[in-house]
Amino acid sequence: MSDKPKGDQPASDRKWKYIGTRPIRHDGLDKVTGRAQFGADYALPGMLWGKVLRSPHAHARIRGIDVSAALALDGVKAVITGRDFPDVASEAAEGGEGANDFGDLAMNVIAREKALYHGHAVAAVAATTAKIAEEACKRIVVDYEVLKPVLSLDAALAANAPILHESARATGHEPLPKGPSNVASRREMGRGDIAKGFSDADVVVEREFRTPMVHQGYIEPHAVLARTGQDGRSVVWCCTQGAFMVRAYSAKVLGLSTDMIKVIPTEIGGGFGGKTTVYGEPLAILLSRKAGRPVKFVMSREEVFRASGPTSGTHIRVKMGATRDGKLTAAEAVLYYEAGAFKGSPVGAAMMTVFAPYKLANVRIEGWDVVLNKPKVAAYRAPGAPMAALVVETVMDELAEKLGLDPIDLRLENAVHEGVQATYGPKFRAIGFVETLRAAKSHPHYKAPLGVNQGRGVACGFWFNAGMSSSANVSINEDGSAVVVTGNPDIGGSRASLALMAAEELGIPVENVRPVVADTEAIGYTDLTGGSRVTFATGMAVIEAARDVVRQLRARAAQIWSVELDAVAWEDGRALLLSEAPGVHEPLSLAQLAGRAAQTGGPLVGRAALNARGAGPGFATHLCDVEVDRETGAVTVLRYTAVQDAGKAIHPSYVEGQYQGGVAQGIGWALNEEYIFDENGAMENAGFLDYRMPVASDLPMIDTVIVEVPNPMHPYGVRGVGETPIVPPLAAVANAVQRAARVKLSELPISPPRLLEAIDRAV
Amino acid sequence: MARVFFSSGLRRLVGGAESVEIDARDVRELLRALDAKYPGFASRIGDANAIAIDGEIIPHGEALLERLRPDSEVHFLPQIGGG
Repeated sequence: MSDKPKGDQPASDRKWKYIGTRPIRHDGLDKVTGRAQFGADYALPGMLWGKVLRSPHAHARIRGIDVSAALALDGVKAVITGRDFPDVASEAAEGGEGANDFGDLAMNVIAREKALYHGHAVAAVAATTAKIAEEACKRIVVDYEVLKPVLSLDAALAANAPILHESARATGHEPLPKGPSNVASRREMGRGDIAKGFSDADVVVEREFRTPMVHQGYIEPHAVLARTGQDGRSVVWCCTQGAFMVRAYSAKVLGLSTDMIKVIPTEIGGGFGGKTTVYGEPLAILLSRKAGRPVKFVMSREEVFRASGPTSGTHIRVKMGATRDGKLTAAEAVLYYEAGAFKGSPVGAAMMTVFAPYKLANVRIEGWDVVLNKPKVAAYRAPGAPMAALVVETVMDELAEKLGLDPIDLRLENAVHEGVQATYGPKFRAIGFVETLRAAKSHPHYKAPLGVNQGRGVACGFWFNAGMSSSANVSINEDGSAVVVTGNPDIGGSRASLALMAAEELGIPVENVRPVVADTEAIGYTDLTGGSRVTFATGMAVIEAARDVVRQLRARAAQIWSVELDAVAWEDGRALLLSEAPGVHEPLSLAQLAGRAAQTGGPLVGRAALNARGAGPGFATHLCDVEVDRETGAVTVLRYTAVQDAGKAIHPSYVEGQYQGGVAQGIGWALNEEYIFDENGAMENAGFLDYRMPVASDLPMIDTVIVEVPNPMHPYGVRGVGETPIVPPLAAVANAVQRAARVKLSELPISPPRLLEAIDRAV
Repeated sequence: MARVFFSSGLRRLVGGAESVEIDARDVRELLRALDAKYPGFASRIGDANAIAIDGEIIPHGEALLERLRPDSEVHFLPQIGGG
């Protein structure tokens, strides 16, 4: 028996009872039997159907909109355009993800003076049936002045390019364009003497890549149902990564105070960052206010592609130098990122992640945020990092080949570790990068023989992970079971991980802990599910709330035994008396204390609210084997192993699932996925038949290795795990293909025609 | 005194300095001191930046009241979003 509270012990010294086990997720049965309710499953009596009229032009001035014919149609109850919304001033958007601006957000929800991409919302209708709403949209007359669209980074940056935002000026670090341009910002970072660094190098490699705009590809399209009462207060059901974000963003776009909107998050069928902003939510709220009836929007797959957040297309150049014995001497990167129609690409994060895995004294990084007539990008799993890693890791591979070094040894020689100053500035705390490299090198995969036309790629990745604000309540039921209430929609198994942490603190089986995702009026403010933060930050809040309950339970036992609080310990779900010989007072179980709660002071409820600090960065090393068909250019992924530091895996199955999911998405990004636009800026492949994401039959079993280097800033040692896994795969696949086909690649996706071209060029 | 590091893009605002030592108890005092030493600095770094204090990355808007130790290391960073 220990008299020291477990919470004071370092995570590495603790003996876990429930953490690290693999219970069935609490929401699993509902999800596999179809009982779970997702966004589109909700309906209300008297509900109207909403439809959005979208711009058929990628770039056009809106001279006028006539909705009279739509309003005259039987069954149409309300029509809205940009003129129904208040002007929203430019202001940094907090609580979401990425560099968003509320003024831009409002104009992305519905166009005002200009339509800025094909699919941009210009009007919305609520009608008694979806068919009538569709017909009404057709009757809305929009007077467009069609403008020349800007559809590539080169076109956006060209002299005399059409300008999307005439009044905007580039911000950031000089030199900047003078006057109107499509450059939203230009930034530089770096240190040391870059020229001397390259002059000290024995080998210098320079590569450039272009990567296309790609979509997060969540299975569930955006869906929202809004009901507004006669008091003007709205209730919103929607599939989102953040109910509080939807409340704040919708309130801002509509000019309402947050107390006028309550958001109830439904189950969510994938987000990957794409559901960290609003699209139809403000439209549904405003239409329901106008019509006086509930209004429901469900995006089609085509709308999801055309009008919800993809991630940036990019053009990246990287140059790195190394000495003969493999020590990096200098690195330089220039990164151009598409923001879509409004500023705010993830180029800032790309600048910080691009060389983060490596020790570099001399480094220069330049990043450009560029607007063009494509959908505004949204966060996508480690936003900005996978494309940057693609180029750096292919350069590292080429350096290894030129130096005659093993690619993992080259990375080990230069890998960052605790105390090293990151290329983006601060020093790393405890991190597990070296451990992932060693685990990959000793894995049987790395030694397995390869056949003809087969190649093996190695690549590494880094992501910061986030903390941010979370609230949690832990309450004890009358029979000693528990309820954990948090405000994070569960997109990756977080119910299970949060319940496990509560179970560990309370000392009761995880099956006796019920995790609940609450709405915006049932739990304190909680930042959204993103940034790989939930198990880390909300988990921290759950642990604190559970410890609050344990303190109360010890106090109740002390009261019953007429002893001081310090004389009572909590272990294995029981209160134990420390100061008496065993047997004088039999331990009191959680159920016994819960049964006497009224007698000892009332219900047992623990609370915690915090802004979590100390998020531990994640590092990964991936191995990928491919076989190339030199006749067709087809690539088959034969074997894949993802090694990553999780800090501490709370529920290993869901950690492994995050690794596998990130790899699957990364393989699709590397080999198949791309937005294809026609010359007018209309996406030509806005459906899963033509936008080719990998399916199970395209992929091998993705092996995983969980490395655990505890994060000293979390009571259990947790690091976020959801984003790092998508960082290395683009490069791991590219490096494997380059070695298998003996080619140099410069563009994604590595589709069969593109690979055939590269093979032909190399012959 | 806290040591503030400037990446290459910010050095134009501070006369080319790679780092400076500033006597400040928190970020708000630090920004005031930097603005006094390099007029316009605080407004030029913009709201979109994050600040790293001893390795902890904090959004600019949340960082103003963060305490600084005498040996704290401070870096100004671009904003990061996660998915």
